[in-house]
Amino acid sequence: MIESLPSTKQQPKGPEANDKLTAKVKSFELKKNDKYYAWLFLGPSILLLTVFVFFPMLRTLYLSLFLTDTFGKPTVFVGLKNYTILLKSASYIASLKATGTYVVSVSVFTIIFGLLLAAMANQKLRGIGFFRNIFTATMGVSVSVSAVFWLFMFNPTLGILNKVVIAFGFHPINWLTTPGWAMVAVIATTVWMHLGFTFLLFFGALQAVPKSLYDAADVSGATSRYQFWHITLPMISPTMFFVAVITLISGFKSFGLIDLMTGGGPTNATNLLVYRVYKDAFMNGNYAQASTEAIILTVIIAIITFVQFKLLAKRVNY
Amino acid sequence: MENSMMKQVAKKRLLGNSLKYILLALLAFIVIFPFALGIWTSFLPSMDIAKGTLWGGGQLTLHNYVTAFTQTKILRYLLNSLVIASLVTIAHLFFCSLGAYAFVFLDFKYRDFLFYVVLGTMMLPFEAEVIPNFATVKMLGLLNHYSVMVIPFLTSAFGIFMLRQTFKQIPRDLKEAADVDGLSHWQFYWKVVMPYSKISLCTLAAYSFLGAWNQYLWPMLTTFSDHLRPVQDGLRQLQSEETFNDWGMVQASAAIVVVPTLIVLYIGQHYFKSGLNEGSVK
Repeated sequence: MIESLPSTKQQPKGPEANDKLTAKVKSFELKKNDKYYAWLFLGPSILLLTVFVFFPMLRTLYLSLFLTDTFGKPTVFVGLKNYTILLKSASYIASLKATGTYVVSVSVFTIIFGLLLAAMANQKLRGIGFFRNIFTATMGVSVSVSAVFWLFMFNPTLGILNKVVIAFGFHPINWLTTPGWAMVAVIATTVWMHLGFTFLLFFGALQAVPKSLYDAADVSGATSRYQFWHITLPMISPTMFFVAVITLISGFKSFGLIDLMTGGGPTNATNLLVYRVYKDAFMNGNYAQASTEAIILTVIIAIITFVQFKLLAKRVNY
Repeated sequence: MENSMMKQVAKKRLLGNSLKYILLALLAFIVIFPFALGIWTSFLPSMDIAKGTLWGGGQLTLHNYVTAFTQTKILRYLLNSLVIASLVTIAHLFFCSLGAYAFVFLDFKYRDFLFYVVLGTMMLPFEAEVIPNFATVKMLGLLNHYSVMVIPFLTSAFGIFMLRQTFKQIPRDLKEAADVDGLSHWQFYWKVVMPYSKISLCTLAAYSFLGAWNQYLWPMLTTFSDHLRPVQDGLRQLQSEETFNDWGMVQASAAIVVVPTLIVLYIGQHYFKSGLNEGSVK
Protein backbone atom coordinates (compact mmCIF):
# COMPACT_ATOMS: atom_id res chain seq x y z
CA MET A 1 0.00 0.00 0.00
CA ILE A 2 2.72 2.40 1.01
CA GLU A 3 4.90 1.35 -1.92
CA SER A 4 2.17 2.13 -4.40
CA LEU A 5 1.86 5.71 -3.25
CA PRO A 6 3.58 8.25 -5.51
CA SER A 7 7.05 8.45 -4.06
CA THR A 8 9.34 11.44 -4.04
CA LYS A 9 12.40 9.25 -4.39
CA GLN A 10 12.22 9.33 -8.16
CA GLN A 11 12.71 13.09 -8.17
CA PRO A 12 15.94 13.89 -10.02
CA LYS A 13 18.56 15.30 -7.67
CA GLY A 14 19.13 18.94 -8.53
CA PRO A 15 22.43 20.79 -8.09
CA GLU A 16 23.26 22.06 -4.58
CA ALA A 17 22.15 25.58 -5.36
CA ASN A 18 18.69 24.41 -6.22
CA ASP A 19 18.27 22.53 -2.96
CA LYS A 20 15.85 25.01 -1.50
CA LEU A 21 13.72 25.06 -4.59
CA THR A 22 13.68 21.29 -4.82
CA ALA A 23 12.72 21.11 -1.16
CA LYS A 24 9.82 23.42 -1.83
CA VAL A 25 8.69 21.40 -4.77
CA LYS A 26 9.09 18.21 -2.80
CA SER A 27 7.21 19.48 0.21
CA PHE A 28 4.45 20.64 -2.13
CA GLU A 29 4.25 17.17 -3.59
CA LEU A 30 4.31 15.69 -0.10
CA LYS A 31 1.40 17.93 0.86
CA LYS A 32 -0.51 16.36 -2.00
CA ASN A 33 0.26 12.95 -0.52
CA ASP A 34 -0.78 14.01 2.94
CA LYS A 35 -4.38 13.12 2.26
CA TYR A 36 -3.54 9.47 1.59
CA TYR A 37 -1.18 9.24 4.50
CA ALA A 38 -3.78 10.79 6.76
CA TRP A 39 -6.24 8.05 5.80
CA LEU A 40 -3.61 5.41 6.29
CA PHE A 41 -2.27 6.68 9.62
CA LEU A 42 -5.44 7.87 11.22
CA GLY A 43 -7.86 5.40 9.66
CA PRO A 44 -7.42 2.51 12.11
CA SER A 45 -7.83 4.71 15.18
CA ILE A 46 -10.83 6.57 13.80
CA LEU A 47 -12.47 3.31 12.77
CA LEU A 48 -11.97 1.75 16.20
CA LEU A 49 -13.13 4.83 18.07
CA THR A 50 -16.18 5.04 15.85
CA VAL A 51 -17.18 1.41 16.33
CA PHE A 52 -16.42 1.10 20.03
CA VAL A 53 -16.93 4.61 21.37
CA PHE A 54 -19.09 6.83 19.17
CA PHE A 55 -21.56 4.36 17.83
CA PRO A 56 -22.20 2.83 21.29
CA MET A 57 -22.76 6.27 22.77
CA LEU A 58 -25.35 7.16 20.12
CA ARG A 59 -26.89 3.73 20.39
CA THR A 60 -27.15 4.04 24.17
CA LEU A 61 -28.77 7.45 23.77
CA TYR A 62 -31.19 5.94 21.23
CA LEU A 63 -32.06 3.01 23.48
CA SER A 64 -32.70 5.37 26.40
CA LEU A 65 -35.61 6.86 24.42
CA PHE A 66 -37.34 3.50 23.96
CA LEU A 67 -38.71 0.57 25.86
CA THR A 68 -36.70 -2.57 25.15
CA ASP A 69 -37.39 -6.28 25.08
CA THR A 70 -35.31 -8.83 26.95
CA PHE A 71 -32.83 -9.03 24.06
CA GLY A 72 -32.15 -5.32 24.24
CA LYS A 73 -34.11 -4.51 21.05
CA PRO A 74 -36.07 -1.24 21.14
CA THR A 75 -39.84 -1.70 20.99
CA VAL A 76 -41.86 1.42 21.86
CA PHE A 77 -40.63 5.01 21.57
CA VAL A 78 -41.25 6.78 24.88
CA GLY A 79 -39.25 9.99 24.51
CA LEU A 80 -37.76 11.21 27.75
CA LYS A 81 -40.06 9.13 29.90
CA ASN A 82 -37.26 6.79 31.00
CA TYR A 83 -35.43 9.80 32.37
CA THR A 84 -38.40 11.25 34.26
CA ILE A 85 -39.28 7.86 35.74
CA LEU A 86 -35.69 7.28 36.80
CA LEU A 87 -35.23 10.69 38.40
CA LYS A 88 -38.41 10.17 40.41
CA SER A 89 -37.42 6.70 41.58
CA ALA A 90 -36.38 6.65 45.23
CA SER A 91 -33.90 3.86 44.62
CA TYR A 92 -32.16 5.82 41.85
CA ILE A 93 -31.99 8.94 43.99
CA ALA A 94 -30.46 6.77 46.73
CA SER A 95 -27.87 5.53 44.23
CA LEU A 96 -27.08 9.10 43.21
CA LYS A 97 -26.57 10.04 46.86
CA ALA A 98 -24.46 6.95 47.55
CA THR A 99 -22.31 7.73 44.51
CA GLY A 100 -21.95 11.34 45.63
CA THR A 101 -20.91 10.25 49.12
CA TYR A 102 -18.46 7.76 47.68
CA VAL A 103 -16.73 9.96 45.10
CA VAL A 104 -16.51 13.04 47.32
CA SER A 105 -15.19 11.08 50.32
CA VAL A 106 -12.67 9.23 48.19
CA SER A 107 -11.50 12.47 46.61
CA VAL A 108 -11.21 14.40 49.89
CA PHE A 109 -9.49 11.65 51.88
CA THR A 110 -7.15 10.77 49.03
CA ILE A 111 -6.03 14.39 48.83
CA ILE A 112 -5.60 14.74 52.60
CA PHE A 113 -3.64 11.50 53.04
CA GLY A 114 -1.69 11.87 49.82
CA LEU A 115 -0.64 15.37 50.77
CA LEU A 116 0.25 14.30 54.30
CA LEU A 117 2.44 11.49 52.99
CA ALA A 118 4.12 13.80 50.48
CA ALA A 119 4.73 16.56 53.03
CA MET A 120 6.23 14.08 55.48
CA ALA A 121 8.42 12.49 52.80
CA ASN A 122 9.60 15.88 51.59
CA GLN A 123 11.79 16.46 54.64
CA LYS A 124 15.53 16.19 54.89
CA LEU A 125 15.88 13.23 57.21
CA ARG A 126 18.16 10.26 57.34
CA GLY A 127 16.59 7.22 55.70
CA ILE A 128 13.75 9.20 54.14
CA GLY A 129 14.21 7.27 50.88
CA PHE A 130 12.97 4.16 52.61
CA PHE A 131 9.72 5.86 53.55
CA ARG A 132 9.31 7.30 50.06
CA ASN A 133 9.52 3.80 48.61
CA ILE A 134 6.97 2.48 51.08
CA PHE A 135 4.56 5.30 50.23
CA THR A 136 4.55 4.36 46.55
CA ALA A 137 4.00 0.68 47.34
CA THR A 138 0.26 0.59 46.61
CA MET A 139 0.81 1.69 43.01
CA GLY A 140 1.23 -1.87 41.83
CA VAL A 141 -1.84 -3.22 43.56
CA SER A 142 -4.77 -3.80 41.24
CA VAL A 143 -8.43 -3.65 42.17
CA SER A 144 -8.91 -7.37 42.66
CA VAL A 145 -5.75 -7.74 44.73
CA SER A 146 -6.77 -4.80 46.94
CA ALA A 147 -10.16 -6.36 47.35
CA VAL A 148 -8.64 -9.68 48.45
CA PHE A 149 -6.35 -7.99 50.98
CA TRP A 150 -9.10 -5.80 52.43
CA LEU A 151 -11.82 -8.45 52.37
CA PHE A 152 -9.62 -10.47 54.67
CA MET A 153 -9.23 -7.54 57.05
CA PHE A 154 -12.97 -6.83 56.97
CA ASN A 155 -13.87 -10.48 57.55
CA PRO A 156 -16.23 -10.47 60.56
CA THR A 157 -14.71 -13.47 62.36
CA LEU A 158 -11.12 -13.74 61.09
CA GLY A 159 -10.47 -10.13 60.18
CA ILE A 160 -7.90 -8.06 61.97
CA LEU A 161 -10.21 -5.05 62.22
CA ASN A 162 -12.76 -6.84 64.35
CA LYS A 163 -9.97 -8.16 66.55
CA VAL A 164 -8.97 -4.56 67.20
CA VAL A 165 -12.60 -3.57 67.76
CA ILE A 166 -13.04 -6.39 70.28
CA ALA A 167 -9.75 -5.56 71.98
CA PHE A 168 -11.12 -2.08 72.64
CA GLY A 169 -14.19 -3.67 74.21
CA PHE A 170 -16.73 -3.06 71.45
CA HIS A 171 -19.01 -5.47 69.67
CA PRO A 172 -17.63 -6.85 66.42
CA ILE A 173 -18.90 -5.07 63.32
CA ASN A 174 -20.32 -6.72 60.23
CA TRP A 175 -18.36 -4.41 58.00
CA LEU A 176 -19.67 -5.42 54.61
CA THR A 177 -23.22 -6.35 55.54
CA THR A 178 -24.16 -3.18 57.45
CA PRO A 179 -25.13 -0.36 55.04
CA GLY A 180 -23.14 2.49 56.64
CA TRP A 181 -20.05 0.41 57.34
CA ALA A 182 -20.06 -1.13 53.86
CA MET A 183 -19.74 2.38 52.43
CA VAL A 184 -16.91 3.15 54.85
CA ALA A 185 -15.21 -0.10 53.83
CA VAL A 186 -15.28 0.59 50.09
CA ILE A 187 -14.19 4.20 50.62
CA ALA A 188 -11.25 3.12 52.80
CA THR A 189 -10.15 0.50 50.30
CA THR A 190 -10.37 2.91 47.37
CA VAL A 191 -8.43 5.63 49.18
CA TRP A 192 -5.73 3.14 50.09
CA MET A 193 -5.52 2.01 46.47
CA HIS A 194 -5.09 5.60 45.25
CA LEU A 195 -2.43 6.55 47.81
CA GLY A 196 0.65 5.50 45.85
CA PHE A 197 -0.16 7.55 42.76
CA THR A 198 -1.39 10.53 44.71
CA PHE A 199 1.70 10.53 46.88
CA LEU A 200 3.89 10.55 43.80
CA LEU A 201 1.98 13.45 42.26
CA PHE A 202 2.07 15.57 45.40
CA PHE A 203 5.67 14.71 46.10
CA GLY A 204 6.65 15.87 42.63
CA ALA A 205 4.67 19.07 43.10
CA LEU A 206 6.26 19.81 46.48
CA GLN A 207 9.73 19.27 45.09
CA ALA A 208 8.97 21.71 42.30
CA VAL A 209 8.27 24.60 44.69
CA PRO A 210 11.28 26.93 44.44
CA LYS A 211 13.42 26.90 47.60
CA SER A 212 13.93 30.65 47.29
CA LEU A 213 10.33 31.28 48.31
CA TYR A 214 10.86 29.54 51.64
CA ASP A 215 14.19 31.27 52.16
CA ALA A 216 12.54 34.63 51.67
CA ALA A 217 9.78 33.67 54.09
CA ASP A 218 12.34 32.53 56.65
CA VAL A 219 14.09 35.88 56.43
CA SER A 220 10.87 37.75 57.06
CA GLY A 221 10.20 35.45 60.02
CA ALA A 222 7.11 33.63 58.75
CA THR A 223 6.12 30.55 60.77
CA SER A 224 6.12 27.19 59.07
CA ARG A 225 2.35 27.02 59.33
CA TYR A 226 2.08 30.38 57.62
CA GLN A 227 4.48 29.14 54.95
CA PHE A 228 2.37 26.05 54.36
CA TRP A 229 -0.86 28.00 53.87
CA HIS A 230 0.60 30.91 51.93
CA ILE A 231 3.38 29.36 49.88
CA THR A 232 3.06 25.58 49.64
CA LEU A 233 -0.69 25.28 49.19
CA PRO A 234 -1.06 27.92 46.46
CA MET A 235 1.95 26.51 44.63
CA ILE A 236 0.61 22.98 44.54
CA SER A 237 -3.03 23.91 43.95
CA PRO A 238 -2.89 22.83 40.27
CA THR A 239 -1.83 19.36 41.37
CA MET A 240 -4.60 19.31 43.94
CA PHE A 241 -7.20 20.13 41.29
CA PHE A 242 -5.71 17.46 39.06
CA VAL A 243 -5.88 14.83 41.80
CA ALA A 244 -9.41 15.87 42.70
CA VAL A 245 -10.56 15.52 39.11
CA ILE A 246 -8.93 12.15 38.42
CA THR A 247 -10.14 10.64 41.71
CA LEU A 248 -13.66 11.93 41.00
CA ILE A 249 -13.67 10.44 37.51
CA SER A 250 -12.24 7.10 38.60
CA GLY A 251 -14.73 7.08 41.49
CA PHE A 252 -17.65 7.39 39.09
CA LYS A 253 -16.22 4.47 37.09
CA SER A 254 -15.44 2.33 40.12
CA PHE A 255 -16.99 -0.96 39.13
CA GLY A 256 -14.55 -3.71 40.07
CA LEU A 257 -14.19 -2.85 43.72
CA ILE A 258 -17.94 -2.70 44.27
CA ASP A 259 -18.45 -5.98 42.47
CA LEU A 260 -15.74 -7.69 44.48
CA MET A 261 -16.52 -6.28 47.90
CA THR A 262 -20.25 -5.69 48.24
CA GLY A 263 -22.00 -6.48 44.96
CA GLY A 264 -23.88 -3.21 45.41
CA GLY A 265 -25.30 -4.28 48.74
CA PRO A 266 -26.28 -4.45 51.49
CA THR A 267 -29.77 -3.29 50.46
CA ASN A 268 -28.30 -1.18 47.66
CA ALA A 269 -26.21 0.89 50.08
CA THR A 270 -23.23 0.73 47.73
CA ASN A 271 -25.16 0.36 44.49
CA LEU A 272 -23.23 3.09 42.67
CA LEU A 273 -24.39 4.47 39.31
CA VAL A 274 -21.89 2.45 37.28
CA TYR A 275 -22.84 -0.76 39.08
CA ARG A 276 -26.53 -0.08 38.47
CA VAL A 277 -25.94 0.11 34.72
CA TYR A 278 -24.39 -3.33 34.75
CA LYS A 279 -26.99 -4.83 37.08
CA ASP A 280 -30.02 -3.42 35.26
CA ALA A 281 -28.69 -4.46 31.87
CA PHE A 282 -27.03 -7.80 32.40
CA MET A 283 -28.81 -9.15 35.45
CA ASN A 284 -32.29 -7.64 35.22
CA GLY A 285 -32.44 -7.41 31.42
CA ASN A 286 -33.84 -3.89 31.56
CA TYR A 287 -31.74 -2.42 28.76
CA ALA A 288 -33.74 0.77 28.34
CA GLN A 289 -33.37 1.76 31.95
CA ALA A 290 -29.72 0.75 32.00
CA SER A 291 -29.09 2.87 28.89
CA THR A 292 -30.78 5.84 30.53
CA GLU A 293 -28.56 5.40 33.57
CA ALA A 294 -25.51 5.07 31.35
CA ILE A 295 -26.32 8.37 29.62
CA ILE A 296 -26.72 10.20 32.93
CA LEU A 297 -23.41 8.74 34.12
CA THR A 298 -21.73 9.77 30.87
CA VAL A 299 -23.00 13.34 31.17
CA ILE A 300 -21.64 13.61 34.72
CA ILE A 301 -18.23 12.22 33.75
CA ALA A 302 -18.08 14.29 30.56
CA ILE A 303 -18.67 17.49 32.53
CA ILE A 304 -15.88 16.69 34.99
CA THR A 305 -13.50 15.70 32.19
CA PHE A 306 -14.32 18.92 30.37
CA VAL A 307 -13.44 20.90 33.48
CA GLN A 308 -10.19 18.96 33.63
CA PHE A 309 -9.33 19.90 30.03
CA LYS A 310 -10.04 23.54 30.80
CA LEU A 311 -7.84 23.39 33.87
CA LEU A 312 -5.04 21.70 31.97
CA ALA A 313 -5.30 24.36 29.31
CA LYS A 314 -4.63 27.20 31.75
CA ARG A 315 -2.34 25.21 33.95
CA VAL A 316 0.22 27.96 34.31
CA ASN A 317 -1.71 29.93 36.89
CA TYR A 318 1.07 30.67 39.32
CA MET B 1 26.29 29.44 78.65
CA GLU B 2 26.44 29.25 74.88
CA ASN B 3 27.19 25.58 75.12
CA SER B 4 24.04 24.82 77.09
CA MET B 5 21.95 26.82 74.65
CA MET B 6 23.31 24.82 71.78
CA LYS B 7 22.57 21.68 73.69
CA GLN B 8 19.00 22.82 74.15
CA VAL B 9 18.61 23.53 70.45
CA ALA B 10 20.07 20.12 69.66
CA LYS B 11 17.72 18.51 72.16
CA LYS B 12 14.74 20.29 70.61
CA ARG B 13 15.76 19.15 67.15
CA LEU B 14 16.25 15.61 68.37
CA LEU B 15 12.77 15.67 69.89
CA GLY B 16 11.29 17.16 66.71
CA ASN B 17 13.05 14.59 64.57
CA SER B 18 11.90 11.67 66.65
CA LEU B 19 8.34 12.97 66.45
CA LYS B 20 8.73 13.12 62.67
CA TYR B 21 10.06 9.57 62.59
CA ILE B 22 7.18 8.35 64.72
CA LEU B 23 4.64 9.96 62.40
CA LEU B 24 6.47 8.62 59.32
CA ALA B 25 6.55 5.13 60.78
CA LEU B 26 2.85 5.32 61.63
CA LEU B 27 1.98 6.41 58.09
CA ALA B 28 4.22 3.75 56.58
CA PHE B 29 2.52 1.18 58.80
CA ILE B 30 -0.95 2.23 57.61
CA VAL B 31 0.09 2.17 53.96
CA ILE B 32 1.91 -1.13 54.05
CA PHE B 33 -0.17 -3.04 56.58
CA PRO B 34 -2.97 -4.43 54.32
CA PHE B 35 -0.31 -5.44 51.83
CA ALA B 36 2.00 -7.00 54.41
CA LEU B 37 -0.83 -8.80 56.17
CA GLY B 38 -1.93 -10.37 52.89
CA ILE B 39 1.59 -11.54 52.07
CA TRP B 40 2.14 -12.76 55.63
CA THR B 41 -1.10 -14.74 55.61
CA SER B 42 -0.14 -16.35 52.33
CA PHE B 43 2.69 -18.12 54.19
CA LEU B 44 0.54 -19.44 57.02
CA PRO B 45 -0.96 -22.93 57.23
CA SER B 46 -4.71 -22.90 56.44
CA MET B 47 -5.46 -24.31 59.87
CA ASP B 48 -3.90 -21.35 61.64
CA ILE B 49 -5.80 -18.86 59.47
CA ALA B 50 -9.09 -20.66 60.05
CA LYS B 51 -8.49 -20.58 63.79
CA GLY B 52 -7.54 -16.93 63.60
CA THR B 53 -4.00 -17.42 64.94
CA LEU B 54 -2.04 -15.10 62.73
CA TRP B 55 0.93 -14.83 65.06
CA GLY B 56 2.85 -17.35 67.09
CA GLY B 57 1.11 -20.33 65.54
CA GLY B 58 2.83 -23.07 63.60
CA GLN B 59 5.66 -22.32 61.22
CA LEU B 60 5.59 -20.61 57.87
CA THR B 61 4.88 -22.72 54.82
CA LEU B 62 4.86 -22.49 51.05
CA HIS B 63 1.90 -24.82 50.96
CA ASN B 64 -0.55 -22.09 49.85
CA TYR B 65 1.63 -21.28 46.87
CA VAL B 66 1.88 -24.92 45.92
CA THR B 67 -1.91 -25.17 46.13
CA ALA B 68 -2.37 -21.99 44.11
CA PHE B 69 -0.05 -23.20 41.36
CA THR B 70 -1.31 -26.76 41.21
CA GLN B 71 -4.98 -26.67 42.19
CA THR B 72 -6.00 -23.43 40.47
CA LYS B 73 -5.58 -21.97 37.01
CA ILE B 74 -3.66 -18.96 38.31
CA LEU B 75 -0.76 -19.53 35.90
CA ARG B 76 -3.17 -19.71 33.01
CA TYR B 77 -4.85 -16.48 34.18
CA LEU B 78 -1.45 -14.81 34.36
CA LEU B 79 -0.54 -16.00 30.89
CA ASN B 80 -3.88 -14.78 29.48
CA SER B 81 -3.39 -11.34 30.99
CA LEU B 82 0.21 -11.19 29.83
CA VAL B 83 -0.79 -11.96 26.24
CA ILE B 84 -3.74 -9.57 26.24
CA ALA B 85 -1.86 -6.72 27.91
CA SER B 86 1.15 -7.14 25.60
CA LEU B 87 -0.99 -7.12 22.47
CA VAL B 88 -2.90 -4.05 23.63
CA THR B 89 0.35 -2.27 24.51
CA ILE B 90 1.96 -2.96 21.13
CA ALA B 91 -1.20 -1.91 19.33
CA HIS B 92 -1.37 1.34 21.33
CA LEU B 93 2.23 2.17 20.55
CA PHE B 94 1.60 1.61 16.86
CA PHE B 95 -1.86 3.05 16.20
CA CYS B 96 -1.61 5.95 18.67
CA SER B 97 1.73 7.07 17.29
CA LEU B 98 0.47 6.87 13.70
CA GLY B 99 -2.61 8.88 14.64
CA ALA B 100 -0.56 11.45 16.51
CA TYR B 101 1.80 11.72 13.55
CA ALA B 102 -1.11 12.52 11.28
CA PHE B 103 -2.28 15.29 13.58
CA VAL B 104 1.16 16.86 13.83
CA PHE B 105 2.89 16.34 10.48
CA LEU B 106 0.13 15.90 7.93
CA ASP B 107 -1.98 18.54 6.32
CA PHE B 108 -5.50 17.46 5.54
CA LYS B 109 -9.06 18.61 5.57
CA TYR B 110 -10.91 18.50 8.89
CA ARG B 111 -7.69 17.87 10.80
CA ASP B 112 -8.60 20.07 13.75
CA PHE B 113 -12.17 18.86 13.71
CA LEU B 114 -11.03 15.22 13.85
CA PHE B 115 -8.63 16.03 16.63
CA TYR B 116 -11.42 17.46 18.75
CA VAL B 117 -13.48 14.39 17.95
CA VAL B 118 -10.70 12.16 19.26
CA LEU B 119 -10.27 14.40 22.28
CA GLY B 120 -14.00 14.19 22.87
CA THR B 121 -13.91 10.41 23.14
CA MET B 122 -11.78 10.82 26.24
CA MET B 123 -14.87 12.20 27.95
CA LEU B 124 -16.96 9.11 27.25
CA PRO B 125 -16.53 6.37 29.86
CA PHE B 126 -16.22 2.88 28.43
CA GLU B 127 -18.14 1.53 31.43
CA ALA B 128 -21.27 3.34 30.25
CA GLU B 129 -21.07 1.91 26.74
CA VAL B 130 -20.96 -1.78 27.49
CA ILE B 131 -24.54 -2.49 26.39
CA PRO B 132 -24.12 -1.70 22.65
CA ASN B 133 -20.53 -2.92 22.71
CA PHE B 134 -21.68 -6.25 24.02
CA ALA B 135 -24.24 -6.44 21.21
CA THR B 136 -21.54 -5.51 18.67
CA VAL B 137 -19.04 -8.18 19.69
CA LYS B 138 -21.84 -10.71 19.92
CA MET B 139 -22.86 -9.86 16.37
CA LEU B 140 -19.24 -10.17 15.22
CA GLY B 141 -19.08 -13.61 16.83
CA LEU B 142 -16.27 -12.60 19.16
CA LEU B 143 -17.86 -13.64 22.44
CA ASN B 144 -15.78 -15.96 24.59
CA HIS B 145 -12.69 -15.47 22.45
CA TYR B 146 -9.33 -13.86 23.13
CA SER B 147 -9.85 -11.22 20.47
CA VAL B 148 -12.86 -9.77 22.29
CA MET B 149 -10.54 -8.60 25.06
CA VAL B 150 -8.10 -7.02 22.60
CA ILE B 151 -9.93 -5.61 19.56
CA PRO B 152 -11.98 -2.88 21.27
CA PHE B 153 -8.81 -1.60 22.96
CA LEU B 154 -6.42 -1.47 20.02
CA THR B 155 -6.24 2.30 20.13
CA SER B 156 -6.58 4.94 22.79
CA ALA B 157 -7.63 8.57 22.53
CA PHE B 158 -5.46 9.34 25.54
CA GLY B 159 -2.45 7.79 23.80
CA ILE B 160 -3.01 9.82 20.64
CA PHE B 161 -3.40 12.98 22.70
CA MET B 162 -0.28 12.31 24.74
CA LEU B 163 1.93 11.46 21.77
CA ARG B 164 0.64 14.45 19.85
CA GLN B 165 1.97 16.67 22.63
CA THR B 166 5.35 14.95 22.34
CA PHE B 167 5.51 15.03 18.54
CA LYS B 168 4.74 18.73 18.54
CA GLN B 169 8.02 19.33 20.33
CA ILE B 170 10.04 17.77 17.54
CA PRO B 171 11.89 20.60 15.79
CA ARG B 172 10.36 21.59 12.46
CA ASP B 173 13.86 21.73 10.97
CA LEU B 174 14.07 17.98 11.21
CA LYS B 175 11.00 17.62 9.04
CA GLU B 176 12.34 20.11 6.50
CA ALA B 177 15.67 18.32 6.41
CA ALA B 178 13.86 15.04 5.89
CA ASP B 179 11.90 16.59 3.02
CA VAL B 180 15.14 17.70 1.40
CA ASP B 181 16.52 14.19 1.77
CA GLY B 182 13.37 12.87 0.15
CA LEU B 183 12.19 10.84 3.14
CA SER B 184 8.62 9.70 2.86
CA HIS B 185 6.24 10.21 5.73
CA TRP B 186 6.57 6.58 6.66
CA GLN B 187 10.37 6.80 6.72
CA PHE B 188 10.34 10.03 8.72
CA TYR B 189 7.88 8.49 11.18
CA TRP B 190 9.90 5.33 11.62
CA LYS B 191 13.47 6.69 11.49
CA VAL B 192 13.10 10.06 13.20
CA VAL B 193 9.85 10.58 15.08
CA MET B 194 9.67 7.24 16.87
CA PRO B 195 13.29 7.15 18.11
CA TYR B 196 12.97 10.80 19.11
CA SER B 197 9.94 10.07 21.32
CA LYS B 198 11.25 7.01 23.14
CA ILE B 199 10.50 8.29 26.63
CA SER B 200 6.90 9.19 25.86
CA LEU B 201 6.42 5.85 24.13
CA CYS B 202 7.70 4.05 27.23
CA THR B 203 5.35 6.08 29.40
CA LEU B 204 2.44 5.18 27.15
CA ALA B 205 3.51 1.53 27.15
CA ALA B 206 3.52 1.41 30.94
CA TYR B 207 0.09 3.06 31.12
CA SER B 208 -1.38 0.83 28.44
CA PHE B 209 0.01 -2.33 29.94
CA LEU B 210 -1.32 -1.59 33.41
CA GLY B 211 -4.66 -0.47 31.99
CA ALA B 212 -5.08 -3.73 30.09
CA TRP B 213 -3.75 -5.76 32.99
CA ASN B 214 -6.39 -4.26 35.28
CA GLN B 215 -9.33 -4.85 32.92
CA TYR B 216 -12.18 -6.33 34.90
CA LEU B 217 -15.71 -5.53 33.73
CA TRP B 218 -15.32 -6.23 30.02
CA PRO B 219 -13.69 -9.70 30.28
CA MET B 220 -16.28 -10.60 32.91
CA LEU B 221 -19.07 -9.78 30.46
CA THR B 222 -17.62 -11.26 27.31
CA THR B 223 -15.84 -14.45 28.32
CA PHE B 224 -17.21 -17.45 30.14
CA SER B 225 -14.55 -20.11 29.88
CA ASP B 226 -12.09 -20.50 32.71
CA HIS B 227 -9.15 -20.93 30.36
CA LEU B 228 -9.75 -17.49 28.80
CA ARG B 229 -10.07 -15.63 32.07
CA PRO B 230 -7.59 -12.81 32.68
CA VAL B 231 -6.00 -12.47 36.04
CA GLN B 232 -8.26 -9.92 37.72
CA ASP B 233 -11.38 -11.90 36.95
CA GLY B 234 -9.58 -15.12 37.79
CA LEU B 235 -8.81 -13.77 41.23
CA ARG B 236 -12.46 -12.89 41.65
CA GLN B 237 -13.36 -16.43 40.72
CA LEU B 238 -10.96 -17.90 43.28
CA GLN B 239 -12.06 -15.46 45.93
CA SER B 240 -15.77 -16.10 45.49
CA GLU B 241 -15.29 -19.86 45.45
CA GLU B 242 -12.87 -20.15 48.28
CA THR B 243 -13.49 -17.29 50.68
CA PHE B 244 -14.32 -19.29 53.73
CA ASN B 245 -12.36 -22.40 52.97
CA ASP B 246 -8.90 -21.39 52.04
CA TRP B 247 -7.91 -17.79 52.68
CA GLY B 248 -4.22 -18.69 52.56
CA MET B 249 -4.49 -19.91 48.99
CA VAL B 250 -6.43 -16.81 47.92
CA GLN B 251 -3.83 -14.54 49.51
CA ALA B 252 -1.06 -16.50 47.84
CA SER B 253 -2.79 -16.07 44.47
CA ALA B 254 -3.14 -12.34 45.11
CA ALA B 255 0.57 -12.17 45.93
CA ILE B 256 1.38 -14.03 42.70
CA VAL B 257 -0.76 -11.55 40.76
CA VAL B 258 0.95 -8.53 42.31
CA VAL B 259 4.47 -9.58 41.31
CA PRO B 260 4.31 -8.81 37.54
CA THR B 261 2.75 -5.40 38.19
CA LEU B 262 5.49 -4.58 40.66
CA ILE B 263 8.06 -5.55 38.06
CA VAL B 264 6.46 -3.34 35.39
CA LEU B 265 6.28 -0.48 37.86
CA TYR B 266 9.86 -0.95 38.94
CA ILE B 267 11.08 -0.88 35.35
CA GLY B 268 8.70 1.87 34.30
CA GLN B 269 9.03 3.96 37.46
CA HIS B 270 11.09 6.66 35.87
CA TYR B 271 8.80 6.97 32.84
CA PHE B 272 5.75 6.89 35.03
CA LYS B 273 6.95 9.79 37.07
CA SER B 274 7.77 11.84 34.01
CA GLY B 275 4.37 11.00 32.52
CA LEU B 276 2.60 11.96 35.69
CA ASN B 277 4.43 15.22 35.87
CA GLU B 278 3.56 15.98 32.29
CA GLY B 279 -0.06 15.65 33.27
CA SER B 280 0.08 17.64 36.46
CA VAL B 281 2.85 20.13 36.91
CA LYS B 282 3.11 21.51 33.42
